[in-house]
Amino acid sequence: MSTPADASSGSPPGLRVCVDLNLCQAYAQCCYAAPRHFRIEGHEALFYDPAPAAQDRADIERARVACPVQAIRVEDPGQAS
Amino acid sequence: MAPGSTTERAVVVGAGLAALRGAEAMREAGFTGALAIVGAEPYRPYDRPPLSKHVLIGETRPDATTLPSSLGADVDWHLGSSAERLDRGSRTLHLADGRALPYDRLLIATGTRARPWPNPHEGRLAGVFTLRGRDDAAALRAALAAGPRRVLVIGGGFIGCEVASACRQLGLPVTLVEPSPTPLARVLGGTVGAFIGAIHAGRGVDLRCGSEVEWLEEAEGRFVRAHLTDGTRIEADVAVIALGAVRNTEWLDGSGLSADPGGVDCDAAGYVLDTDGQPDPRIAAAGDVARFPHPLYGGRRVALEHWSQAVAQGIHAGRLLAGANPEGPYGALPTFWSAQGDVVVKSVGLTEGADALAITLGEPGSGRFVAVYGQAGRCIAAVAVDSARWLPAHADLVAAGAPFPPDGAATDRPSKGIMVLAPGFP
Ligand SMILES: Cc1cc2nc3c(=O)[nH]c(=O)nc-3n(C[C@H](O)[C@H](O)[C@H](O)COP(=O)(O)OP(=O)(O)OC[C@H]3O[C@@H](n4cnc5c(N)ncnc54)[C@H](O)[C@@H]3O)c2cc1C
Ligand code: SF4
Repeated sequence: MSTPADASSGSPPGLRVCVDLNLCQAYAQCCYAAPRHFRIEGHEALFYDPAPAAQDRADIERARVACPVQAIRVEDPGQAS
Repeated sequence: MAPGSTTERAVVVGAGLAALRGAEAMREAGFTGALAIVGAEPYRPYDRPPLSKHVLIGETRPDATTLPSSLGADVDWHLGSSAERLDRGSRTLHLADGRALPYDRLLIATGTRARPWPNPHEGRLAGVFTLRGRDDAAALRAALAAGPRRVLVIGGGFIGCEVASACRQLGLPVTLVEPSPTPLARVLGGTVGAFIGAIHAGRGVDLRCGSEVEWLEEAEGRFVRAHLTDGTRIEADVAVIALGAVRNTEWLDGSGLSADPGGVDCDAAGYVLDTDGQPDPRIAAAGDVARFPHPLYGGRRVALEHWSQAVAQGIHAGRLLAGANPEGPYGALPTFWSAQGDVVVKSVGLTEGADALAITLGEPGSGRFVAVYGQAGRCIAAVAVDSARWLPAHADLVAAGAPFPPDGAATDRPSKGIMVLAPGFP
C-alpha cells in the first residue's frame, strides 16, 4: 500500500516538496514562481512549504523548473501514474 | 545471483533520509526483488532540518515534512517496529515485535538519536526536551507556544543555536549555556564561533559560554530552574537538551559487525566490516550511522551528521547493493547548512585538524563573511555566513586541497591582505 500514514483522509493527497539547501544559492527564482510557497528570509535563508495543497501543483511545478540549480524535488501522489 | 534477479530480498533498516534515498537508488539501479523497509518510528521517511527551525516557530506543521519519494507500491513497509537483532549466519533480521525478515542484501541506515541529559530523572521532568524526531518537535513547539518565562538551551552546537534563534524569533527570553568559550567551537573553532556568537548575542540570546549546567531543579515534577557549576541559577520553564547525538547501533550487538556508539564501520566502497575487519559483501551502511574512511582526508574514519551525506551515501550504498558498479570509493565532499533564525551558515569540507584560518571574503563584524580553514598549508574546509554564493568556488579549493591561504578568484582581497588567524580549536 502506498497510502501515506499521515495524509488527512478526505482531501486529495497534497504534494511533498523538499529543497536541497546545500545546493540552493538563494537566487529566489522559486519565490517569483510560487510566492505563497517559497520566500527568502534575511539575506539568503530560503523558507518553503514542504506540503502544498494539490491544487497548487502548477505553481510548485513552475518553481521546480525555474530553479537554476535543480534543488527542488517534488512528489505529487495525486498525479502518480 | 545476478543483480536484479527477482528472488533476491533486500531489507533496509531505518526509515529516514538515507534509507529512503538508498531504497530508491536500489530500484533505479534495476533491483526488482522484494524490498522491505523497517522503521522504528510509525512514520514514512520525513525531513528533520525543519524541526529545529520553522516547526518551532509555528510556520510548518511537525507532520508536514514527509519526504518526496519515487518509490512505488512494491515496497513492504514495516513502520513502528524496531530491528532488534541481526543474525548474519542465517541472514535474518529480527524485529522487536517478533517478526523475522530474511535478507540477501541489507542496508543499515538507523541514524542517531539525541544524547540524553545524563541524569535520567531530571531528563524526564515536564519542561525538559530533546529534539530529534517529529514527535519531539511537536512537543517542544507546544511548550514554546505556551509562552514560557524563559527557555534554557543546554549545548551550543548547531541544533542548540537553531533552537535559541527560534526562541528569539518568537520573542521568548532564551539563555544558551555552553562549556566551550564560544558556540559551535567544536565544529567551527572558537574564532568563527565567536563571530557567530556575536550575531546571536546581538539578537538577544543570553549566551553563557564557558559555563556548565550542574543540575535541573524541579517543583512538582516540572523543571523550574537550572543550577550552573559556578553557582548561578537560571529561572526557566523549558530546558532543551542539545548535547549532540548517539548512533543507533545497539541492535548490531552480537552480529559480528564492527559497531559502537560512534557508528558502524564501512570499507572504502561502503560495505560494512566485521570485527575482523573483513567486509560483508551483503551489507552496506549509509547516513549518520555510517563511519567510513574519507579519501579526501587521508582515509581518516569519519561519521558525519549531514543531510547531504545521508542523500549521497544512501544513493551510493543503494547502487552498491543493487550490484550497479558505483564509481569507486565513496568520498563525496562533505557539505552542511544551518539556518539560525534568518542567518545561514554553510560549510564544505571538514575542519578537524585545522591549524590556521583565513577570512577570504566579507567582514565578520558585518555578519557576512567566508572563512577558509587550512592544515599544513592546504585548504581543508570553508564556512560561509550569509555568503552562500561564494561557497562553490571555495568547495573547489577544498576538493583540490589547494594551497592555503588561498588567492585568486576565491577572495576579494590580494593574498597579502588576507589575515591568517588561529582557528581556536580546544
Ligand atoms: C532537528 C534537526 C535538525 C537538523 N538540521 C540539519 C541542517 O540544517 N542541515 C544538515 O545538513 N543536517 C541537519 N540535520 C541532520 C540530518 O537531518 C541528518 O543528517 C539526517 O537526518 C540523517 O539521516 P539518516 O537517514 O542517516 O538518519 P535518521 O534521519 O536519523 O533516520 C534513521 C531512522 O532509523 C530509525 N531507527 C533507528 N533505530 C532503528 C532500529 N533499531 N530499527 C528500525 N529503525 C530504526 C529511526 O527511527 C529513524 O527514522 C538535522 C537533524 C535534526 C535532528
Ligand atoms: S530557485 Fe533554487 S536556488 Fe533559487 S532560492 Fe529557489 S531553491 Fe534556492
